[in-house]
Amino acid sequence: MASKLTTSNRAGWGFALPGFGLLALFIVVPFFFAFFLSLTNQRLISPNPTEYVGLENYRDLLSISVLTIEPERDDAGIIIRDANGQPEYPRVRSFTRNNPDFPQYDGMREWFRWHSGDNAKVVVATDVVFWKSLRNTLMFVLVVAPVQGALALGLALLINQRLRGINIYRAIYFMPVVVSIVVVSLLWRFLYAEEGLLNNILQTLSFGMFEGRDWLGDPDTALGAIKAMSIWQAVGFHMVIWLSGLQTISPTLYEASSIEGASKWQTFRYVTWPGLRNTAVLVLIVITMQAFALFAQIDVMTNGGPLDSTTTVVFQAVERGYGKQDISGGSTISVILFLIVLSISLIQRYLTRER
Amino acid sequence: MAAISSDNRGLRLVMRYTVLTLIAIIFVFPLVFMVMSSFKPDLQLLRDTSSIRAFLPVGDISLNNYFDAFDRAPVGLFVFNSVLVTGLTVLFSLFLCSMAAFSFAFLEWKGRNILLSIVIATLIVPFETIAIPLLLMVSKLPWIGFEGFSVGWLNTYRVQIIPWIADGLTIFLFVQYFKDLPRDLIEASRVEGASWWQIYTKVVMPLSGPVLATAAILKFLVMYNQYLWPLIVVQEETYRPVMVGLGYFFQLNTAWGEIMAYLTIITVPVLAFYLVLQRAFIASIASTGVKG
Repeated sequence: MASKLTTSNRAGWGFALPGFGLLALFIVVPFFFAFFLSLTNQRLISPNPTEYVGLENYRDLLSISVLTIEPERDDAGIIIRDANGQPEYPRVRSFTRNNPDFPQYDGMREWFRWHSGDNAKVVVATDVVFWKSLRNTLMFVLVVAPVQGALALGLALLINQRLRGINIYRAIYFMPVVVSIVVVSLLWRFLYAEEGLLNNILQTLSFGMFEGRDWLGDPDTALGAIKAMSIWQAVGFHMVIWLSGLQTISPTLYEASSIEGASKWQTFRYVTWPGLRNTAVLVLIVITMQAFALFAQIDVMTNGGPLDSTTTVVFQAVERGYGKQDISGGSTISVILFLIVLSISLIQRYLTRER
Repeated sequence: MAAISSDNRGLRLVMRYTVLTLIAIIFVFPLVFMVMSSFKPDLQLLRDTSSIRAFLPVGDISLNNYFDAFDRAPVGLFVFNSVLVTGLTVLFSLFLCSMAAFSFAFLEWKGRNILLSIVIATLIVPFETIAIPLLLMVSKLPWIGFEGFSVGWLNTYRVQIIPWIADGLTIFLFVQYFKDLPRDLIEASRVEGASWWQIYTKVVMPLSGPVLATAAILKFLVMYNQYLWPLIVVQEETYRPVMVGLGYFFQLNTAWGEIMAYLTIITVPVLAFYLVLQRAFIASIASTGVKG
């Protein structure tokens, strides 16, 4: 209701402008700037003028293709096999380096391959490292979002009981959240080291059965180790959000269900969970956005290695935009990241919409 | 029967506390290890990891790691930089964001709804997606200071402060809070002839303790723990904050004991602050989840 008393364009703009102006300049402008830069060849410092290059940056990042390679045959058309009986294949390079028959594969590299019959299917991409970073980031999100969300809910239910001293436990579970992720990463680097605390604890608990391993140095375990640590650090944050959701559920509903003789599981299924619907959407979206932003852990713990097994989209954006001063390349990755985050939160909202 | 059920209840209570405590151990053991190790010489630190001694202040306990850490790097300067940047950003942020929110919540003006929608829309833009274009922008921004006109904000305090003052979440939190304040109060003050500035400073701000605490805590955590942004805009040691300094410190091939000392110096004050204001910290995180 517009009232004369509270209508004032001058005061309205006057109060809003300092804060809004900063927000516009440092969030809105760079956001649109990213789209613009991704269409150019801008570098941080360059003697050459910036040029418009259209979608070239996107093509360089995203070009991917499956190459079917037939095994080598001898003159009689028999497949040549190596000592183990495996067919031998021509090298991928012979297709992707200056081969006039396959201009579409020019400059691409092998990402991975599988076999179908005697043929080899090889996935080739112009920018294999980017695709790996995309895969790693998705794997991170796909594991961390549900696991962390569920663990946080479990903790919230545990903390939501009426017990003496429960607030102390709540305070402890939340503690890692206020510790910087950089501190946590460095600390866990020591825990994960070959002679580190984790291996020693596992050795003691298994009475020496477990042999220590270099968690961060092994491509098979590095990303998993970072996932576990990230969940440890952030789960308290989401526990608190679940808790505030739990506390909005009316106690009379619980009383009713206990009068009806509902079991614990039934109470959770039919009273608690429906009451948490909005909280669930929020928690999932927040975790997903945080997980896509994965950077500090990587920068401090592994630098993307070993063998690019922990490199992530943000890490690549920074490495190119800042490390190699390739602003346009970094911006292109940023735009792709934003589009992914946006579509995933839209999908999550759609799937969990009110029916 | 009664005896059995009360026994059961006692047992269940013990079980509950056991579970709660085991989980608590998972959350604190790395931090206890960090603090304890910071007092131990490296050799002992490594040896202790194979037993419970890793979590106890036993053996050769001293402050040597702390002295060595300060000798190796200007840790004091890094802490000063972080405190300065964090403090100023929190102050400016509370001031400007509450002013903007005041205008959004209480005043009617042309463009208000569009601007507010823009503010809300920024909530879905992760900082990581604008860091690189922002880096280019700040490298070319002009500045007029005591030394006169200059171009480029890299390697300054202002590049760490000014872009972080206004953000969608802080403004949004203030707007939510202000909407729950009685509007009669504002209109009554208007009738009595108070200016908008007086209403803001004398009526609304004195009622805003809780939201100021929430916004301050959230901003404090974000700013003190900054990593990505100062990493790419600050190369000079003079302006380096603690988290970026930590990375450099680590690369000096430092002994683990010294690293633990550095980690303890920059973490324990925050943890102490948190434990004292525990309720306020948790309430502020919870309030980010009130509205989806």
